[in-house]
Formats: sequence, C-alpha cells, structure tokens
Amino acid sequence: MNTSTVSNAAAVHDHAHDHAPTGVMRWLTSTNHKDIGTLYLWFSLFMFFFAGALAMLIRAELFQPGLQLFQPTVFNQLTTMHGLIMIFGAIMPSLVGFANWQVPLMIGAPDMAFPRLNNWSFWLLPAAGVLLISTFFVPGGAIAGGWTMYPPLFMQGGIAYDMSILAVHILGVSSIMGAINIIVTILNMRAPGMTLMKMPMFVWTWLITAFLLVAVMPVLACAITMLLTDRNFGTHFFDASGGGDPVMFQHVFWFFGHPEVYIMILPAFGIVSTIIPTFARKPLFGYVSMVYAVASIAFLSFIVWAHHMFTTGMPLGGQLFFMYTTMLIAIPTGIKVFNWVATLWRGSISFETPMLFSLAFVFLFTIGGFSGLVLALVPVDIQLQDTYYVVAHFHYVLFSGSAMAIMGGVYYWLPKWTGHMYDEKLGKVHFWLTAIAFNITFFPMHFLGLAGMPRRIPDYALQFAEFNMIASLGGFLLGASQLLFLYVVIKCVRGGIAAGNQPWDGADTLEWTQTSPPPYHSFVTPPLVK
Amino acid sequence: MPKYTGRRLGQPFSAIRSLCAIFFGLIPALAWADFAVNLPQPASGLAQDIFDLHSLILWICLAILIVVFVPMLIALIRHRKSVGHQAAKFHDNLGVEIAWTIVPVLILIGMAWPATRLVASMKDTSKSDLTIKVTGHQWKWEYEYLGEDIRFMSNSSTPKVQIDGEQSKGEHYLLEVDRPLVVPAGQKVRLVLTASDVIHAWWVPAFGVKQDAIPGFIRDAWFKVDQVGTYRGQCAELCGVGHGFMPVVVDVVSPEQFATWKQEQKTLVAAAAANVGKTYEMAELKALGEKVYAANCVACHQPTGMGVPGAFPALNGSAIVSGEKAGHIDIVLNGKAATAMAAFGKQLSDLDLAAVITYERNSWNNTTGDLVQPADIAARRR
Amino acid sequence: MQAHNNAYYVPPPSIWPIVGSVALLTLAVGFALVLNKVAVGSLVMALGAGILLIMLFGWFGAVIKESLAGKYARQVDTSFRWGMVWFIFSEVMFFAGFFGALFYARNLALPGLADAQSLWPGFSAAWPTTGPGLKTVITPVNAWGIPALNTLILLSSGATLTWAHWGLQKDRQRQLKLGLALTIALGILFIGLQIHEYGEAAFTIRDGIYGATFYMLTGFHGFHVMMGSVMLIVILLRSLAGHFTPGRHFAFEAVAWYWHFVDVIWLLLFIFVYCL
Repeated sequence: MNTSTVSNAAAVHDHAHDHAPTGVMRWLTSTNHKDIGTLYLWFSLFMFFFAGALAMLIRAELFQPGLQLFQPTVFNQLTTMHGLIMIFGAIMPSLVGFANWQVPLMIGAPDMAFPRLNNWSFWLLPAAGVLLISTFFVPGGAIAGGWTMYPPLFMQGGIAYDMSILAVHILGVSSIMGAINIIVTILNMRAPGMTLMKMPMFVWTWLITAFLLVAVMPVLACAITMLLTDRNFGTHFFDASGGGDPVMFQHVFWFFGHPEVYIMILPAFGIVSTIIPTFARKPLFGYVSMVYAVASIAFLSFIVWAHHMFTTGMPLGGQLFFMYTTMLIAIPTGIKVFNWVATLWRGSISFETPMLFSLAFVFLFTIGGFSGLVLALVPVDIQLQDTYYVVAHFHYVLFSGSAMAIMGGVYYWLPKWTGHMYDEKLGKVHFWLTAIAFNITFFPMHFLGLAGMPRRIPDYALQFAEFNMIASLGGFLLGASQLLFLYVVIKCVRGGIAAGNQPWDGADTLEWTQTSPPPYHSFVTPPLVK
Repeated sequence: MPKYTGRRLGQPFSAIRSLCAIFFGLIPALAWADFAVNLPQPASGLAQDIFDLHSLILWICLAILIVVFVPMLIALIRHRKSVGHQAAKFHDNLGVEIAWTIVPVLILIGMAWPATRLVASMKDTSKSDLTIKVTGHQWKWEYEYLGEDIRFMSNSSTPKVQIDGEQSKGEHYLLEVDRPLVVPAGQKVRLVLTASDVIHAWWVPAFGVKQDAIPGFIRDAWFKVDQVGTYRGQCAELCGVGHGFMPVVVDVVSPEQFATWKQEQKTLVAAAAANVGKTYEMAELKALGEKVYAANCVACHQPTGMGVPGAFPALNGSAIVSGEKAGHIDIVLNGKAATAMAAFGKQLSDLDLAAVITYERNSWNNTTGDLVQPADIAARRR
Repeated sequence: MQAHNNAYYVPPPSIWPIVGSVALLTLAVGFALVLNKVAVGSLVMALGAGILLIMLFGWFGAVIKESLAGKYARQVDTSFRWGMVWFIFSEVMFFAGFFGALFYARNLALPGLADAQSLWPGFSAAWPTTGPGLKTVITPVNAWGIPALNTLILLSSGATLTWAHWGLQKDRQRQLKLGLALTIALGILFIGLQIHEYGEAAFTIRDGIYGATFYMLTGFHGFHVMMGSVMLIVILLRSLAGHFTPGRHFAFEAVAWYWHFVDVIWLLLFIFVYCL
C-alpha cells in the first residue's frame, strides 16, 4: 500500500452529514457505522427471539412421545426454519453488528470503508427476513427439508421453497457486500502506526471471517441456484436419471457450510479474546500464535467439508482424508484454548458478567470441541451421524459458543454503546440462568444421540422419553431466561449509571479512548498508535 | 428395554397433565427408566469396535479436560482480584507454545490409528455369505434377497391411534414393522442400498451400520451378528413427513430357521401367483385396502382422507378419486413428479393397488361404488 | 502502510440502499410468483427491475457526482480498488462452484452411475451424456467452430481494452474512446455469436447433466459479458463526457479488471466445457 500521506487540501470535508435526518429516516438512510451496527444488533435480537420461539415449539412437541401439538409437516417446518433463521438471521447479523460498531472504533477509523454499501448490506436482511418468514403463510407452508436443503427432498414442495432459495440469495448478497466492506476497512483504514500485528484480536478474527464469507457465500449461491434450476427449469444436476447426483449438492453445500461454521465462531473467539485479558488484567497470551491459529482454522475449513457426509458412502480414501484433516483442526483450536487459560494464569481476575460468559464459553466450547473430535472419527461418526449427539454438538459450539460469546460481548460493550452501565446483578442472574438451562437442555442430547435417537423427528420411541422431557424443561427455562436479557438490554439503553470513557480498568483497545457513547463521528482525525 | 410404568403416555396432551409430569411424573420416571447414556449394547464386531473406540476417545478427552481446566480452576480461585492477586505481565512462552502444539499432534495420531483400521474393515464388504438389496421409499423399506426371488416391503406397524395418543403406546412404539428383515446368525450379510425417491439412511445402532440410500446410486455396507434376536433402528436421514415413522427391524435367526423362513416366503409368492386373474368382492377389497392405505397413504393423506391443506391434497371428495377409474389408477401407479406422491406401481402388487383404490373410492364421503380388480391394474401398467 | 487523510469521505445519508432492498425484495417475490405460475408475477418482477434500475442510476449518479467534486481522496480510491478486487474474488468463487459441479459430475457422479449396473443396465460413463434415464443423444458444439472464434474475439477485446487504458494513461483521449468502442463492439459480437450458437445447438438445458452444466456455465458467463458490456458502455459515455484523467480513473480500471476476469473465465470454459 501507499505509504505517503495525502495533503488535506485535496479533500473537501463534507458537512452535509453532520445534520443527520431524524426519526425513521435516520435509520433507513444511515451511513453511520454505529447506527448500522445498532440496526444489525436489534435485527439479530428480534430474529433470535423469533427462531427461539420456534425452538420452544419444537421442544413442546418433543416434551413427550406421540404427536401432541403439530403434524409432522409443521414440525419439519419448525426445525428447518429454526436452523435457517438462527444461522442467517441471528448469529451472523449479530456478529456483523459487532464488526460495524467495533472494527472502526478499534482501528481508529472514522467509519466503514463503504458507508452507503454498509447500509444496503443491512437493509437487505429485513427484505430477506420478510421473504423467509412469510413462507409460513403461503400454501403448503414453509420449507420442511432441513436448513441444509438436501435434494431430492427439496424438490418436493411449493412456492415456499423458491421463496426461501431467493431469500438466501439476498442474504448472500448482503453477506458478501458486508464482508468486502469489513475487509477493506481493516486493510485500508487503520490508524497510523497500527500494523496488522498490532490489531486487536477481534479485528483479526473478523478480517479472516470476512475472507471466508467472500470465499464461500458465492459457492452457496451456486448450490442453491442449481437447486432452483432443478426445481423449475428442468436441469438434472441432482437427479441420477439425468446423470446428476444428489450427493453433489451436499459437496457444494458443505464446501460453503463448513467455513460457514467458522464464520459463526471466529468472531466469537475474537470477542472472548478481548474480554478475558480485560478481566484478567493481563495481556492476551500468545497473540501471534492466536493469529496463526485463526488463520489455520480458516485454511483447514476449506478441506474438511465432507466430514458432514461420512454416511453418504465415500470411498475409503475420501473418508480417511476428511477424517485426518478434521482431526487436525483440534490443533489450532487447542492452541486457542490453551492461550486463554494461560492468559488467566497469574492474572488479577474479576467476574463481571462479560467475563462469566467468556469463561463459560471457554469451558463449554471445549466440550463442543471434544464432541466434534469424537464426530471426526469416521466409525464413531457413522454411529452418531444425524442423531441428537450432533444436535448437542452443534448447540455446544453455536449456543454456548457463538451465542454466549455474543451475549458476553453485548454486556462488555453496552456501556460503550449506550453510555450507561448495565444492571450487573441482573446480568449475572441472566448468565447463571442461561448457563444452567443451556446444559439441562443440551447435555442430555448427547445421551439421546448415543442411545440412538435420530434428529429431525417429531415423535420418538419410549426409551428416549426421560431425557427429552428434561431437555424440554431446560429449553423452556433457557428461552424464558433470554427475556431477562432483553430486559437488561432495554434497561441499559434507557438509562443507568454513567459509564465513563473506560468502565473496565483492564481494557486497552482504542474504543475506550472515546466517550461513552462515542461521538456520532469518532476518530475524524485518526489517532496515532505507537 | 424401556419399562414404561411411570406415566400413561398415551393420554392426550393437556396443560394439567404436563404440569403434573413436571412436578411428579418425573420422579417415578427417574426411578424406573433405563436412562441409557452410552451407545447401545453392540451386537456385531463392528459395533463393538466402534463402542471401544468411542470409549477410548472419551477417556482421552476427559484426561485433556482435566489437564486444561484444573489449571484454569486454580487460576480462577487463586488469581482473583478480590483476594488481592497482582497480575503478572508475561504474554509469551515459546517453549510452552511449541509443547502444546506437538503433544496434541501425538495424541491425534494415537486416535487416528485405531480409527483408520476400523474404517478400512467397515468398508470391506467382500466375501459376504448373503446379499440383500435395500431400497428406501417414502416411508418404508423394501428388502430383496438377491438370487432368491424374495422381495417385500417393511412398513411401520405402530397404529396411528397410538401416535395420536388415543391408545396407550406399545413397548416397541415406532420401532416395530409388519415384516422385519430376516437374516441368519453368524453369516456376513452384505447390504446394497439405494432409494426410489429421496435420500434415506438405513441404520441399526446395535450393528454399527448406518448407510445413506441414495436414489439412482448403489452403496453398500455389511454386518455379521452372532446373537439371535430382534434388533431395531430407524431411518436416519430426513426424508419428509414420514421420516420419524420409518423403522428398521431385523430378526437375526439361526441358519436352520432362516432356511425354513426362506421356504415359507417362496410358498407365499407361489400362492400370490396362483391368485392372478381372480376377482374379488367389495368387502374383501375394502378390508385389504384399508390396511394398504394405513401402511402407504396415511402419512400424507391422513386417516380422514382430508390430507394437509396446501401440502397434501385431500382424497375425500377429490376430483381424481371420484372421477374416472383410469385417472385414479394412473396417478397411483405412476405418481406425480416433484411431489411426495410416489409411483406405487413399482412398490405394490396389482391386488394391493386394486384394494387401496377401491377403498379410496368407497370411503369417507366417496361413494362411487366402483370395484377395481387386479386385472384393471394390470391392464393400465405401462 | 496506508494513506491517511483526515477527511475520509463519509457520504451523507442516502435513500438508495433502502430503495435497492425494496427492489430486490420485489424482484424476488415476482420471480417466485413467476416460477409458480402466478399470473401477476411478471408484473411484480418488472416493477422490481424498474426500481432496481432507478436505484442503480441514482446510486452510481451520486458516486460519479462525488467523484467529480473531488471528494474522494487517495485513501477512498484505495478502498474502491480493494473493494473491486474482493468483489471479483467472490465472482471467481461463484464460477468455481459451477466448475466444481462439472468436475464432480464427470469424474465422480458418472462413474458411480456406471457402477450401479443393477439400476442402470448398460450405462457407461462417457461424456457427453444425458445420463442413464434420458434417451437423448448429445451432439456437442464443435469447439473449433464458433467457440474458437469467440475465444479469439474475447482475447482481442482484452487487447483493445488494454490499448484504451494505455491511451488513458498517456491522456490520449481519442485512443481511449476508440479502444473502448472497439472493445464494446467485440463484446457485443461475442454475445451475438453466443446467442447464435445457442440457437443452433442440438440440445437444451433439460438434456441431462451435459445440457445442465453447459448452459449454466456458458449462460452465467454470457450474462457476465453482457453486464461487462453495459459497464463498458457507461465508461465510454463517461469518457466522452471527459470524466477520466490519467491520475483519476478508478471506474475505468475496475471495469477493465472485470472484463479481464470474464475473459479468463471464458478461457477456462473453452478448455473444460468445449474442448475436453
């Protein structure tokens, strides 16, 4: 990149945006990374509750054996839409919301690189959300073939299937543009003196995540385009009689799908790597190895996809290759966990709510990592594929992984975003309820899977009844606990003890040099990083 | 096997009942249920090896968990700000970092070795004593003993009234079929799997066999079970509304019993062949048709014949069902593209088809009075 | 490291993104309706496309105005360049997916089908094929006819575009305009020949995996050539209006990169779809 500075005379500062519109137009037309970040976060919170409500319905049906509340058609719609909305509507947008708020603040940039594009990335989400959620009300109901959309099952269905494909296309456009924006912001807009290896860990994880997004969202687009043409234009990509192969969809889909998993966890690593040093009052241990670990995980994510497909009957060589590469992921992931523990070691630790969430993250994510390692081994995977063990595994990495890191991040940065301290007591209550209810819900699912309960079934054999009832009770508690989260967030937004510039004494990233909340345009003059 | 005495699960869902279940029902359930927390008792060598591999990995993971989190716990207790611990300043240690990269590599190699050997043996389907072709249909399994002229469908036999809670649930609720797969003990059985509509997965946990059945492609798997008995499993790949109601049941019998069983099957085939051309009465056809309907049609079209609005069309009062016989026969024989309506011509006999069509045309509010004979079906087969 | 400027241009609030979202939503709803044979669908689609066009004009108009007003400092220019690079990378991955599908179908799916002799008796994994269940016999397009000519045309268009770029760098506006006009003419010629080839082809997209991969790959490529041509026309119009100087012509370069990318994809198509 060019190292010379450009004279200010060449640039004319535009003052028009200093008089931002108010009311709804402020949000509809915003080019401000903080406003757009806020929009992302509220949108994802709404979707989190929507998809969470679907989960409550799922757990209600599974409370006891037999069909009580829903016909299997509706049940399959619930599981499918729960997965799709949680992934694309809740987890991903909330992480992009964090990126919008934090990346410019943490690298000392005035805004994102493409502020207008940033707004479009966000406003495409409600468009896709409307399209997706409205499928519940079309003839035949929403898609019911699983969020993975496997053909030929996905060929059987009505207009909802086409609408959902197009909604995912729109989500993909949004993600790609958002990711390009984040990459360019990080590469081009760091404050003077902030070299790549001086960037906060959160910024690093988002740089790599954004790269993954740009690399794999187009591949998802490719997969669902083929689905769309198979459904509507007579192509035979996934139809054996025309020389196609249903399994080909799975390959293309999981080439997207596995990096997608890391898209949802790497920024969570970044959040946790920011929070733990703050409350251990000690620098992050092994920063350089952390960066390389994240990069290695990202690289490996491109060559492990078929471990989602061990039961499709790959040749021996294929199964072994994907088993070995998958096991390798344990190395960089292990390094990260060791580094977090080493950061805690001989620190000066305090247990505010963000720290509680982060510590729970480290422990519970590791359990999810272990079950991932168990699933990496082909013979064991063949026994456990498509059972509740897998459901337990991915909720340990996605709920106690991503979602709990996100909640920790919300508590951590709420004082910065709103200028008020959140209610620490209620925050802790929320944490303990969440952590306990989460484990009541999902730990028994390991047992269910081992004992042989398939996933995605509306009804089950009697030997699975006890653990399902326990899981359902835990699930209801988990769902109810999140209402407390909503309350704490709203309470904090509306007021509270003034946070001051730096409420956390151990924090050392650039956002804490700004007021709380930061000025509408922060870092108009870039800070100098030593 | 589950000893289900704690609660009467067959009762319809009610708020009071569920509250009772929460506060009281759980207690007896906790006391009596078997609470399986591990893989089921292995019945085959493969399943045993999987069981052992899983146990090995679990112990290794537990050891790592302790090694990693005991230090964390110590830090959380002793290095707290509230006890006045001052933070150290270190943030690197090359030796430690190299160590915790190398050691896991060695552990992983230790795990990969037994796993690799086991995968290789699972893949080795050669030298089998018996080959059975398994075809997944929405939502039943078809078994064909290659070279034996034995071929039949295996449907779930759990009554709809049990699923809907109108009758208490049986011991093998959702894990029972009308005709199980029968195999001889002590022989290597090779399965070749495919599907006719969507992807299914044939799975019996105790055998350590789970294999996707992919339409248009052939996959294979094998098992050898020494212990005579009945083994149960389920479809393990989401395959539509009936996915949860597609059990697999395998009867492992002694080789002598197996020979006898094969002989019986051939007699049945011969008896069916002798009936070709026979004409049937309305009552006979409707009685048989009701059974065929319950096994093949009820998941979508519902016991009431009302279907699921928007998803599955109603048969009650349907234009096709009350229209010309030929149109009705054709759609049942050939199915409807891009829907879950299968081409039943490939799955059911002329007699079954004649029976179920007669049943549909003369049930609920449909009163065509038409009698469809097996010969009518045969005439319209392409 | 990077260029710094106290005034990285942050545009004022803009109506265009939300208009764009409404456009895409309308377009998607219309398309879903068309696919499911609801009569009003095509109208809804047309409405969506109309809104999208308005948005594109409005948005790009705003960008051009800001650019001409000199609001984009060097650092903004660098952002645009990075943005375009990553956008093209995403396009590369999009095509990679379809090439992957072609590779998978030919090297893994077809041998698998040929192995399943009990299901598809007599089927052998030759290419081209419509698969074991369809009876059509495929006569592929002769690579050394129109496709070879098209390769020549597209490669030449890359050369004329580079020639135009040289002209721009040396501020020879006439060479710039002539080069652009030639490139556009070659692009349109390519599209015309491609349409002709589609008309002559003895198979359709419905003809098995060969038809599907052929039309999907060449179709998406052709669509990109069309988009590229439209972009080149806009660049030509802007050149005629004198928007570009040797020191400030990011838009030209972005479109040039895009055109070369489309060119490279064509070479891969020529090898993997037509020749092999």
